[in-house]
Amino acid sequence: MSLNISIAVDEPVVDPGAPSSSERAGFEWSRVIGPSAVLVVFIALWHYMHSDGMRRFFDKPGFLLPAPETVINDAFINSLGRSKLLTGLGWTTLVALTGLLITIVMGVSLAVMMAQAKWVERSTYPYLVALQAIPILSIVPVINSVFGGGLNSRLFVCVMISIFPIVTNTLFGLISADAGQHDLFTLRGASRRTRLFKLQLPSAMPAIFTGFRISAGLSVIGAVVGEQFFRKGSKPGIGIVMESYRQKGIYPQTYGGLILAAGLGIAMFLIFGWISKRVVGHWHESARKTS
Amino acid sequence: MLSEMTDSAPAPALSFSGVSMVFPDGTHALSETSFDVHPGEFVTVVGPSGCGKSTLLRIASGLNKATTGTVTVDRSHLGYVFQDPTLLQWRNVQRNVELMAELEGIGKAERHSRAIEAIELVGLKGFENKYPKQLSGGMKMRASLARSLVLEPKVFLFDEPFGAVDEITRERLNDEVISLFQRKGFAGLFITHSISEAVFLSTRVIVMSARPGRIIADFPVPFSYPRSPEIRFDPAFAALSGEISHALRDAHA
Repeated sequence: MSLNISIAVDEPVVDPGAPSSSERAGFEWSRVIGPSAVLVVFIALWHYMHSDGMRRFFDKPGFLLPAPETVINDAFINSLGRSKLLTGLGWTTLVALTGLLITIVMGVSLAVMMAQAKWVERSTYPYLVALQAIPILSIVPVINSVFGGGLNSRLFVCVMISIFPIVTNTLFGLISADAGQHDLFTLRGASRRTRLFKLQLPSAMPAIFTGFRISAGLSVIGAVVGEQFFRKGSKPGIGIVMESYRQKGIYPQTYGGLILAAGLGIAMFLIFGWISKRVVGHWHESARKTS
Repeated sequence: MLSEMTDSAPAPALSFSGVSMVFPDGTHALSETSFDVHPGEFVTVVGPSGCGKSTLLRIASGLNKATTGTVTVDRSHLGYVFQDPTLLQWRNVQRNVELMAELEGIGKAERHSRAIEAIELVGLKGFENKYPKQLSGGMKMRASLARSLVLEPKVFLFDEPFGAVDEITRERLNDEVISLFQRKGFAGLFITHSISEAVFLSTRVIVMSARPGRIIADFPVPFSYPRSPEIRFDPAFAALSGEISHALRDAHA
């Protein structure tokens, strides 16, 4: 048996001037092959469920789960199906984005107030938690009375579902500015305002963008969930379009809508990841690697 | 502001008079500490961990209030380098160095040119547009030094600034501090654990006791400036370091 003695080297001295390593990790095939393989397996399984699995395992007819190629053909290649779904997706996107914008303005403002005064945090935080716990279905009547049965109510659901992560992430970012950096500002007698804009907000940016990214996904969910309850008006979103297809027993388009709605959520997540990278990537370590 | 003046000696740039510090949790950090730092003096305080050395600087700078006793210092020209570089990660070197001047309300053009001068003085020319994450530990400390220099400090506080860098870098930064001290003529108050660093830099070394910290020895350092790195191998340097080391050992007891 050989005895290996490893010598611990103290943290390496960074060569002055050299940019930190891992600036550009090489292209990794495993990042592409893995997910692609899962996709192939998933589509194969889907296909099998349509042709045989539904009948065999669930005793249901196969048309309830149309084959992937049928979905793609009827929902995306067929121009009538495509235009109906895309119009629906457009309205849902509008609601999700408007809702997200309202959420961002409200959430960040609230977090700033909470960070400025402990009593604001103490008085509002329990209700934010409670808001998370309320099933949407149970307050549908209330929302309906106040905002009506259409678009505004859907916006409300959007905000309600997506506000929590923005508030908590922003608040966390604002209050975790480095104590030493706070001392610097104290040394020069900086005002609260200066501290907020030159220290707390900039240092909170990575956390704030994490909040945006989570909320962006939730906002899409909120927009679609809202469509389940508030269908009035001439602006049917993707959820409403899907539901009307389902009621008519047209399943390929229903599944096509599902794919589009999921794609919207993913797109929002990716877009905010990209914006975050653009805004804080040049100085923040972890922003570099997230998608 | 400077108050009490004795007629013969020049007024001290920084004066501690009977300063004691008891923290709210009951920790007795400092006990009846009095000493002056005059312009052109570089005083280093050594002492056991937790003896209130850093507290001394926090009180001098106004970050903490002494429980009893008074500190006399002009805080409008005060440099302060912390243990950590505390650079703002979202600002490049140039804008980090401008920060203190910016908070002081100094105009854009003025603080820009002061920063450029300070950056050159600490040897960071060419790195103005780098962000902290792109800098080595030693370079971050240089940027931190430069940030205080833009205020043209008359009193410069150093709180174990080079504890986290390697030995070679530390010696280079010590040379840098000495050359700044000679050029700018501020009154320096430096905290360290390293006796050789203390002797190398200072005109005077103060030894503090374990908590609650008080002064137990005060050594003048006879070497003249500029000091070459070779001075560390001088027998007189070794002898003085030995004396301080003895005093420190007593402090721990």
